[in-house]
Amino acid sequence: MPIWLVVLVKSGILLFVVITTFAYAMLAERKVMGWMQLRPGPNRVGPWGLLQPAADAAKLMLKEDLMPRTADPLIYRLAPFLSLLTAFSVYAIIPFGASSAGTWAIGNVNAGVLFLLAITSLGVYGISLGGWASGSKYPLLGSVRATAQMISYELAMGLSFIGVLILAGTTSLDGIVNAQQRLWFFIPQFVAFVVYVITAVAETNRSPFDLVEAETELVAGFHTEYSGLRFGLFFIAEYVNMLTVSCIASLLFLGGWNAPFGWTWVPGIVWFLLKVGFFMFFYIWLRSTLPRFRYDRLMAFGWKVLLPIATLNLLVTAVVVAVWS
Amino acid sequence: MAPYAPVGIYLVVALAAALLFTGLPGLLGRRKPNPQKSDPYECGVEPTSALGGRFPVRFYLIAMLFVVFDVEAASFYPWAVQMHALRLFGLFEMVIFVIVLAIGYAYVWKKGGFQWR
Repeated sequence: MPIWLVVLVKSGILLFVVITTFAYAMLAERKVMGWMQLRPGPNRVGPWGLLQPAADAAKLMLKEDLMPRTADPLIYRLAPFLSLLTAFSVYAIIPFGASSAGTWAIGNVNAGVLFLLAITSLGVYGISLGGWASGSKYPLLGSVRATAQMISYELAMGLSFIGVLILAGTTSLDGIVNAQQRLWFFIPQFVAFVVYVITAVAETNRSPFDLVEAETELVAGFHTEYSGLRFGLFFIAEYVNMLTVSCIASLLFLGGWNAPFGWTWVPGIVWFLLKVGFFMFFYIWLRSTLPRFRYDRLMAFGWKVLLPIATLNLLVTAVVVAVWS
Repeated sequence: MAPYAPVGIYLVVALAAALLFTGLPGLLGRRKPNPQKSDPYECGVEPTSALGGRFPVRFYLIAMLFVVFDVEAASFYPWAVQMHALRLFGLFEMVIFVIVLAIGYAYVWKKGGFQWR
């Protein structure tokens, strides 16, 4: 087979896996939240509710495609497309295993972290345009809030990567994972790890940072006016983004596919997926545990706490590397 | 193949998938238009006022602060990757840079730029 065809097939498989993971992450969230609240969760469609995602997809697809008459038709349709495209695009460079054989990643680029930051920061366009183009009050408020929140936390997120880059000496994701063979970076970079986890939750607009959707005050925020599959696209993008930041956390801080305790008899991909799964569970756990932030505190927390901490962390890392390396 | 060629192929596949999903609702959904359905949502009442009007200026300030600090954060990346080679020289350079950054940061803090009133 010509190599471009191999890449094409791999891309198709990867996208299929990502979408399937989204479907079952959503089911897992509803199940786990159900158990945490002492109720069974979805259990009617198929055994243990396993066919629930298929039922939801069929229902969303057959819904009427509504658009408020105040909306801007082109941008209203463009916004969910942009959200989805940026959410999918990140996986072009995420390695799921060691790249020596070139099997477990689509592209192994040497500017990996920069590519990640560039693509993930485009995600804010879908949300801000979607809320603005709806021509309605709640979506507008929600999208402006979302934009301010996402750009504020993106700053601290970008700075939390720098400690890792100093230690690894490369921006290639493959190189960063290989640099963690002896010591996973969440130990020397614990502060950066905590900052990253907090900003990751805020970037994906998940509870307790879900002010963007805030059902009780904004009635779902930026996607109030979206229904059917167009709402579904935002929903897919949100879960795929959760998966993305879980992958990044595993790659940059938890050693990627490196095995803990030298248990290398388990394949690397299994370790990687376990770490990603842990993060996804952590998300659900947060959602069913914590109440929502207040908006002024959210912004103050991002600018006055996370930003200086991340900067201090990178300076301390630089001092340690400069003096002892 | 150059490292970015597979990335390009994947992006094309992702684009096709996103276009497919975006095109589906127009094809599959039934349509029963009705003037009430295309009202913008406002808790079930008639929209009381036009959209727009006054908006908190704080959001513009946040946007500007973001541009300023994000551009400065971007200059950390090349330095960070070369830190093992630059050693003390790189450290001093960056300490001076961070001090300049910190003066601006302290000024914005003192002026209440991070205060949400």
